[in-house]
Order: sequence, then structure tokens, then C-alpha cells
Amino acid sequence: MLIILDKVNYVYSEGSGFEMKALNDISLTINKGEFIGLIGHTGSGKSTLTQHLNGLLRATSGKIYYDGQDIYDKDFNMKSLRSKVGLVFQYPEHQLFETDVFTDVCFGPKNLGLDKKETELRAFEALEMVGFPKELFYNSPFELSGGQKRRAAIAGVLAMKPEVLILDEPTAGLDPKGRDEILDRIKKLHDDTGMTVILVSHSMEDVAKYVGRLIVLNHGSIMYDDEPRKVFAHYKELEKIGLAAPQLTYILNDLNKAGFDVDTGAITMDEAAQAVLKSLGR
Amino acid sequence: MLRDITIGQYYPSDSVIHRLDPRVKLFWTLIYIISLFLGQNIFIYGIAGVFLLMCIRISKVPVKFILRGLKAVIMLLMFSVIFNIFLTDGEVIFRIWKIKVTREGVVIAVAMAVRLIFLIMGSSLMTLTTTPNDLTDGLEKSLGFLKIIHVPVHEIAMMMSIALRFIPILIEETDKIMKAQQARGADFETGGIIKKAKAMVPLLVPLFISAIRRAYDLATAMEAKCYKGGAGRTKMKPLKYKRRDALAYLVIFAYLFIMIMVKVYVVA
Repeated sequence: MLIILDKVNYVYSEGSGFEMKALNDISLTINKGEFIGLIGHTGSGKSTLTQHLNGLLRATSGKIYYDGQDIYDKDFNMKSLRSKVGLVFQYPEHQLFETDVFTDVCFGPKNLGLDKKETELRAFEALEMVGFPKELFYNSPFELSGGQKRRAAIAGVLAMKPEVLILDEPTAGLDPKGRDEILDRIKKLHDDTGMTVILVSHSMEDVAKYVGRLIVLNHGSIMYDDEPRKVFAHYKELEKIGLAAPQLTYILNDLNKAGFDVDTGAITMDEAAQAVLKSLGR
Repeated sequence: MLRDITIGQYYPSDSVIHRLDPRVKLFWTLIYIISLFLGQNIFIYGIAGVFLLMCIRISKVPVKFILRGLKAVIMLLMFSVIFNIFLTDGEVIFRIWKIKVTREGVVIAVAMAVRLIFLIMGSSLMTLTTTPNDLTDGLEKSLGFLKIIHVPVHEIAMMMSIALRFIPILIEETDKIMKAQQARGADFETGGIIKKAKAMVPLLVPLFISAIRRAYDLATAMEAKCYKGGAGRTKMKPLKYKRRDALAYLVIFAYLFIMIMVKVYVVA
């Protein structure tokens, strides 16, 4: 068990008249090498929760353990936690600031106190990993396309070689092609390196086919925490909280109601096609 | 830390003061500031204090909230108090080595502090009870007479309301970028002054870029809605005086009258 959350609560602007409870008794364990989707409607506490995992926000009450250590212990090294739990914020390209992409990606490893050679090596590797074109390495980050900027920013976090990678809506504002490319890259990264990945999104469709475990947040509480196919079985409840299961789930359920004996748990298009063919006896 | 800035902040509540015409509140603030400078006298400050507390009570804004606005000027306050206590000549109360404290010094220091506190509380009460939009509307209308001498009143008011509108957005943005860079191992807290200044670069560059981008977007959006300055522009909710506004003016004049009476008969 890599990360354990024990009854974590978080209240925004405590005692100011604008109090807002963002997290409500969250208990959670995250294992090494998992690929988790964190789903919730806007304002459900997704981003707040992710910022707890690397210590940027401090829980109002409750405990968080990383690798068996209490991160709120006085002698716990918060800086090392932030390098172990890499957090890519929403619209991460807004944090780019250097004159060229390569130097910007070097910012993270440089802050870890690595020497120049190691820093540059890591930056190079990270840019490779996200599939950033080599000829653009020394371009200004501000003259890139949206998708390229996003890759550069994700590389900026990857260059710190985190054990856990959290991506907050990594595909927001990208076109479908850019979205699939980024998500495929992340999936590949997870498969190749065994890194623990947490993908935050409000779209089931996006994450369904990538993740092995789905956590649904609603009003700061965990509503479901299970395999995607089991979570999607509750598609009616999901609708009530402003989320939707993937379209496939709806079609398969409708077919089922219409008298076809199909397996409604399919998640990818291929699985669904197989399920339909099977029910037709072919 | 950044959330402590209360200048220009609005505290939503449903009170008579919130519903008053912004011009009345602007006028109130002006009169109140003038009244504080009528003289350094316990009666003047006493009445001003009672009047302010009454207004705060009616406005339903928690006193705690108004006091938070004082945090920003605490240094200035300390400075003026300390300088006045030690550097005023007069009847010596006690002295340690070369430093002496005089009766006059203490009186002036206390008076200065009280005046400054009232000033800030009074003006923050106005901004806390008036939405930024109302405030600039009121300013534009009140200063309308300056148009005669070709002061672009509308443009200035528009700039003000945009600036006020963007304060919370930029604060939020700063917070976000700061966290994003901290997640990449940036350290804003430790180190000497040069190291700290250098650490600001990863924060300031993205902040400026985002501010400029927002400005461009806003300008485009305004132009797309045919905004072309003040000439011929009408308002959806034009400011209109109501009965309560007349009553409020009456109260303000009564306050001013009492203050002047106190000044003439009691103080002099």
C-alpha cells in the first residue's frame, strides 16, 4: 500500500463566513502500480483531493500516510514527497515560464538538487516519454500548439521521476486527436514503467478504457470505488449526480432490455462488439 | 495569505446600507473622512466612533471582517504611533536615557491611530456593502460633471471596475501557479532576499502572461459586443434615488451638522 488516507476532511476558508466543506471523511488506499480514474462532477472535490496527496493542502482533520510514513509528522520531508508524487495541474501549460522548452522541463529536476548532467538527461527522457518532437526542444514554450504545450508541461513533472503521477484533467481543451494521443501516452507510460497513475476527469468516456479502478466522488465523499464495469452498472445513479456512463453502457443496456442477452459490462468498442456477436450466437 | 486582502471586497448581505444608492455611500465616505479631520478632540472622535459602529451594526457586516482590513495598514499605524510618541516635544512624562515620552506625544499618537483606524474602517464599510459594479456606476455618475472639461469619466470608471473585477481572479491565479510550481519542487519560503526574488520568476512570468491573455480576451469580447466607450451608452439598471436615499442624505447632513456644532461650541 503506497498511499493511505484515513478519514480525511477538508474545509475551505474555515471561520470566515464563507466556509465550504470540500472533503468529507475520505478513506482510501492506493497500491503501487495501479491505474486509477478519479471521477466527479465540477466541485465534487477531485482537485482538492489530489492536492492532499502531495501535501499542497493540509487536511483539516484525518491522516495521510505515504509508504508507511505519516506525512503530517513534524520531521517528514514534504519536499521529497512532492518529488515522489508528481501532480500535473489543470491546464499545466499555464505554468511554463522559461525561454525554451528544454530549460523549462529542467526546472523540476534542478529543484531536486541534481547536477547539470543528470538534470538534462532527465529532461531529455521526459520529453521523449511524452512524444515531444525533438526539433522543437529549443523553441519558446509560448509559440507551441496547445497539445505540444500540454506535453511539455507534463514532461516538466515527469522529469522529476515521480513514483506516483497525478494528472488533473490532462485532456481539457484539447481536440479529440490530441486527447487520445495524450491518454495513449500516459497508458504506455504506466505499462512501461509500472508508475502509479491517477487520472482525474469528469468524463467517463475518456478514462473508462484506460483505468483499472474507478473512484467516483460526489460532494466530497466517495460514492463508488471499484472496477469500471462494476461502477458503470450503476449508470442510473451516476446520472443523478450529473455524470454519465460511456455510451456503450447505454446501448448494451438498451439491447438487454429489448430482449438480447448481451453482457453489459463491456468497456471498449471491441469488447462490446464481441458481446453483441456472442449474443447473436456467432 | 493572499486571501487576507480585503480592499475592494464585497460582503453579501441584505441590509438597508447594502441597498442604498452608491452615490449616497460615496458621499457618506467623503463626509466621514472630512469629519475626522475637524479636530483632535475626544468628543469628535467619540461621535464619529458611535456613528461608525451604528452604521456597521445596520449593515450586518461582522466587525471581525472590517477589522481584517486593518491588517494591511498595521505597519503604517505602528510607524506613525511610534514616531509621534517619541519625537514630539512638550511636557515630559518619563525619560530613559535620551528617549523621552511627552504628554503631547501620547495624545497625538493616540489621536492619529484612532483617526487612521476610523478612516480605514469607514471606507472599507463602503466597499464591503457596495458591489464593485455599483461603486463604479456611482463614481461615474457623481463625477459626471468633469466631462465638461473633457475628463474621460466613463473610461476611467470602466477601467476601475475591470481592475476591481480582476483582483480576485488574479489572486486565485497566483495561488494556482504557486501550487503548480511547488509541485515541481519550487521553494518560495526559504533563502535570502536574492534567492527569494529569483524564486518569484517562475511565478511572475506565467502570471503576467495570463493577465495579458485575459486582457486580450476581454477586449475582444467587449468589441464583439460593440463596446465603443461611453458616448451614447445606456444602462440596463440606471441609478435612481429612492426615498431611503433621501433619508440617508438627511442623516449624513445631520451628522455633519452635529460635528460642526461640537467643533464650534465644545472644542473651541
